[in-house]
Amino acid sequence: MKQRLMLVLNAAIVFAVLVLVWWAIVRVFKVPPYMVPPPMQVAKIAVARFPELWASLLITTEEAVGGLFASIVIGVLVALIFARSPWIRRTFFPYTILLQTVPIMAIAPLIIMWIGPGLSSVTLIAFIFCLASIIANTTQGLISVDENLVQLFLMHNASQAQILGRLRLPHSLPYLFVGIRISSGIAVIGAITGELFAGSSQVGQGGVGYSILYAMAQLQTAYLFALVMAATALGFTFFFLVMFFEWLLLHNWHESAARQSGS
Amino acid sequence: MTVTVPEVLFRAVSKRFTGSSAPVLEGIDLSIERGEFVSIIGPSGCGKSTLLKLVAGLAPCTSGEIAVNGMTPENAREVVSFVFQDATLLPWRTVEKNVSLALELERSQPPPERRQITQKLLELVGLSHVAKHYPRQLSGGMKMRVSIARALATRPRLLLMDEPFAALDEMTRDRMNEELLRLREEQNWTVLFVTHSVAEAVFLSSKVIVLAPHPGRVAHVLDVDLPYPRTEATRESQEFDDLVNRTSRLLREAHRL
Ligand SMILES: Nc1ncnc2c1ncn2[C@@H]1O[C@H](COP(=O)(O)OP(=O)(O)OP(=O)(O)O)[C@@H](O)[C@H]1O
Ligand SMILES: [Mg+2]
Repeated sequence: MKQRLMLVLNAAIVFAVLVLVWWAIVRVFKVPPYMVPPPMQVAKIAVARFPELWASLLITTEEAVGGLFASIVIGVLVALIFARSPWIRRTFFPYTILLQTVPIMAIAPLIIMWIGPGLSSVTLIAFIFCLASIIANTTQGLISVDENLVQLFLMHNASQAQILGRLRLPHSLPYLFVGIRISSGIAVIGAITGELFAGSSQVGQGGVGYSILYAMAQLQTAYLFALVMAATALGFTFFFLVMFFEWLLLHNWHESAARQSGS
Repeated sequence: MTVTVPEVLFRAVSKRFTGSSAPVLEGIDLSIERGEFVSIIGPSGCGKSTLLKLVAGLAPCTSGEIAVNGMTPENAREVVSFVFQDATLLPWRTVEKNVSLALELERSQPPPERRQITQKLLELVGLSHVAKHYPRQLSGGMKMRVSIARALATRPRLLLMDEPFAALDEMTRDRMNEELLRLREEQNWTVLFVTHSVAEAVFLSSKVIVLAPHPGRVAHVLDVDLPYPRTEATRESQEFDDLVNRTSRLLREAHRL
C-alpha cells in the first residue's frame, strides 16, 4: 500500500515538474498564446468550458469502450476458431498481421464513406484498430497449453468443453490481458482518429476528435490543449482500469500480475 | 474358480509414430500382475514414456495389443491415473482445487463428497495446511505431492508414473520414495514407474524392467526380492547394493544392444 502511494506521489511530482517546465518555456521564450498557451490559461478554459469538454469526452469514451468490447468478443471468438483448426490458422493468421501493418488510418475514411459519420462508424474504426492484438495474443494463449495437461484431462475422460473451459480459456487469460492492455490505448486513438475523419459532417456535439478539429479551425489553442490533455487522461484511465482488472483476476496465480502487486 | 487377469498385459506390442521410419517400441511382451510395483529403466529416448502413454490409451499401438485389467486402455482409464514428470498443476487453482480436478472432470461424486475425499488426501500427503495456497507458493516436492494426491483422488487401481521425482533433490526424492511405498501399503495399487535412477527403481520395485534402445524392447526383467516395507535400513543393506550394481550392469549392457 505504501509502495503504491509512493508511485502516485512520484507521478504527481513528475507531472508538476512538466507543467512548470511548460510554464517556464512559454515565459522565457515569449511564445505567443495562440501557439502555446501558458498552463494557467489552459486550466481556466478547461474549467470554464467543462460541460462541453466533459460531453465530448463521454462520446469518445463510449466509442472507445464499444470498440474495445466488440474487439474482445469478436477477437476471442476468432482466436477460438484459429486455435481449433491449424489449417484455418495457417491460412488466415497472416491477414491479422496485415491488419496491424496496413496503415490503418487509411481505412478510416473508407468506413465513414460506407456507413456514414456518427457513433457507429467511429466505434467500428476503434474496433478494427483493437482487433489484431486481441486475436494474436489470445490465439497464442489458446495454443500454448502444455500438452501434458491436455493428456491429463483426457486421462480423466474430459469432454472438449471441459478442456476448453477449465484448461485452454483460463490458461489464455493472461495472454488476453496483454492484448487488452495494448488495445486499451489503441481504442482511444482509434476513436479520435475516426472522429477526425468523420468530424466536419457530424451534427451538434461531437467527440474529442471533432472538438479538436473545431477548436483548431477557430484558433482556440488553449481549448485545443485542454482537449488533447483530456484525451491523454482518458487513455491513461483506460490503461489503469485494465491493469486493475488484470490484477484482480490474476494476482493470485500469475507471476506477472503477482509482481505488479509486489507480493 | 476365477482366472486371474493380469493387471497389464502387453502382447507383441510395437509402436511407430506416423512419419518416422524406425519403430520406437518393438515386440514388447510383458505381463504385470495385480499389486506389483514395476519400474522401467533404459537409455533416454528408448520409449519409456511412449510405453506409459500406450497403457494410458493416449496413443494407439501400431501392432499387437495391450489389455489393462482385461479391457482396452481407453476403456480402462477410469481405474488408471497418470503422474507426469513435472507436477503439471493448474496454476489458477488452489491446491485443494487441483486435487479435486479429476473428480470434477469425471463427475463421479457429488461436490460434498469431493471435498471430503480431497481433505483426506491432503492429510494423507501432509498438505492440509496449504490447501488454499496456489501452486506458485509451493516447493517442488510439495507440488509433486499435490500431483500424486490428484492422481489418487479417483481411487485408481493402476498408477502410471513418468519420472515423477526427477526434478527433486536426492534427500527429498528418498523421502518421497518412502512415502510412496507407505501409501501403497494402504491403498494397494499396481504401479508402473519410469525412472532414470537405478537406486530408485530397486528401492521401490518388486520388478525392474530394463529396456534396450533402437527399437525399444525388453532386455531384462529383474525380480527384486527385498521384503516390504522397505526403509532406510533397506538402502544400507548389502543385498540392496548388490541389486543396484547388478541392475546398473544390465543397464550398461542394454545400452550396447
Ligand atoms: N508424438 C511423437 N511423435 C513422434 N515421435 C515421438 C513422439 N513422442 C516420442 N517420439 C519419439 O519416440 C522416441 C521415444 O520417446 P520417449 O519419450 O518415449 O523416450 P523416453 O524413453 O521416455 O526418453 P526419456 O528418458 O528422455 O524421457 C524418441 O525418439 C522420440 O523422438
Ligand atoms: Mg520420457
